[in-house]
Amino acid sequence: MHIPDGFINGATSLGAGVLAAGGLGAALRQGSRALKDRQIPLAGLVAAFVFALQMLNFPVAAGTSGHLLGGALAAVLLGPWMGIVVLSVVVIVQALLFADGGVSALGLNIINMGLLTAIVGWGAFRLLMAVLPKRTASVVGAAVGAGWLSVIVSSLGFVVAYALGGSGQAPIGTVLGAMTGVHSLIGIGEGLITGVIVAAVLGVRPDLVYGAQKYDLEKSRRLTPGRTATAGFVALGLVVAVSLVVFVAPFADSNPDGLERVAENQGFAATAEDSVTAESPLADYGVSGVSDERVGTIVAGVIGVILVFAVGVAILAATRRKRSRATSNSGP
Amino acid sequence: MKTAHVHALYVHGKSPVHDLEAHVKVAAMLLFVFAVVATPREAFWAFAVDAVLLAGAVRAARIPVRFLFGRLLVLIPFVLFAFLLPFLGGGARTEVLGLSLSIEGLWGAWTILAKATLGVTASIVMAATTEVPDILLGLDRLRVPRLITAIAGFMIRYLDVVLGEMHRMRVAMLSRGYDPRWIWQGRALATSAGSLFIRSYERGERVHQAMVARGYQGHMPVFNSGSAPVGSWARAMTVPSVAWVVTIVSLLT
Repeated sequence: MHIPDGFINGATSLGAGVLAAGGLGAALRQGSRALKDRQIPLAGLVAAFVFALQMLNFPVAAGTSGHLLGGALAAVLLGPWMGIVVLSVVVIVQALLFADGGVSALGLNIINMGLLTAIVGWGAFRLLMAVLPKRTASVVGAAVGAGWLSVIVSSLGFVVAYALGGSGQAPIGTVLGAMTGVHSLIGIGEGLITGVIVAAVLGVRPDLVYGAQKYDLEKSRRLTPGRTATAGFVALGLVVAVSLVVFVAPFADSNPDGLERVAENQGFAATAEDSVTAESPLADYGVSGVSDERVGTIVAGVIGVILVFAVGVAILAATRRKRSRATSNSGP
Repeated sequence: MKTAHVHALYVHGKSPVHDLEAHVKVAAMLLFVFAVVATPREAFWAFAVDAVLLAGAVRAARIPVRFLFGRLLVLIPFVLFAFLLPFLGGGARTEVLGLSLSIEGLWGAWTILAKATLGVTASIVMAATTEVPDILLGLDRLRVPRLITAIAGFMIRYLDVVLGEMHRMRVAMLSRGYDPRWIWQGRALATSAGSLFIRSYERGERVHQAMVARGYQGHMPVFNSGSAPVGSWARAMTVPSVAWVVTIVSLLT
């Protein structure tokens, strides 16, 4: 995600630099008003921690790997202003001392990895907390969602920069589809790790979680990390599937897939009969009664995801009941 | 704390470039990189001149070439993207070795390869010849907000402590026969990251108390605040000023 020099043209980089300096300046003013000098060593150590975390690479799928951005995590733990400051310092040090990310693209990288992740992460966290019951599990769940969304928005920031001044004119639709697709997967890792780290900190020193300070979590039941991880994984899987459908499917190649292509080339496509469900309201991934093709694809996809999920849960519940009956029968 | 003032990119040595003041080098590096980025992509000769300038700086700084190439590996993901561009790009296409390639995509790949390589090399020359406290002091003199340089200073000072702590946790896990490496094993990694956060945060609190006990009042004392002599500016600015002349000429022609 660290954009090098020359990837985005000079004018866009310079504009982004001005924007980043303004945003960072505002965050510094807001942050230093609330936090005093006590926070300087503290912010430095948290920045070192985020840097260390960014060195953890996790495999996503088929040879790609993602690393943690940490923006949403820093925002939930330290508040949005200090989150922005900490992440920006990390990005600046990476550019100057590790040659990671171009110096001319520093503004772009600060916006993508510092401003956007922290602001969107914090916004998503607060929105989710406003809706969810005020309990420990909700804080963790909201952190998971915030982490996931922050990665997607960060990748969208890259796409916007590329559309404004990218080299090579790869079709924006392709870049958008590829970036959001890959990053909705990378976001799962980010979201899960964000959530479990927040859960771990809540378990030991809940006073350190800035985002949870205003909620009275004392009475709520303590979490077991295992349960959180499983629930988070299921919820995220569902969110990812839906988002893939919403963000990526409309931009997917409308060319026939491998089998259909071969079939057409070999001339046996005509021999295929329409399946018995061709009359179903969802046939050919469209919804009858919806005229816009893209919207139709999205609606059909979302319905499909929910149906498959429901069937999966039903099967799981059935097997579990059977198994528990089997174990209770095996007693003496 | 062997690395308190030396970082991963630093090359120990004595050279005219090592002797230059940090803020002069940072400013020269920034100006040079922007000159490279502003160069139009058709001006091959301009990139050649920039490369020769940079090679001169690398030589003057006595940076081993092998070290330089090792550090250029950060670019690999973007190089891969650059190689994809000729296939993905739209517009007119041309035949090269029997492959149909997009002309726009080829230009894009060339731009990214040339500018990114020059940019990274320039920042490596700066980083390889400047120690951490000097870089921070240099940023201070270039009017970067004190809060940013102070936080960055603490971050760099304690980076190795935090990384060491992370390493010890990993060794502890490995020595108990657990080696998490897949996403569904992420819980073990994330819980150790959680305790790493708490340890880092509490260390930050302790460090601050220790500093207050020794008279810290919100900012570090500055010992050498001398500005750079005109000679340093003149020597350091030769590279970026030639690069800018080249850029302007190539923009006009």
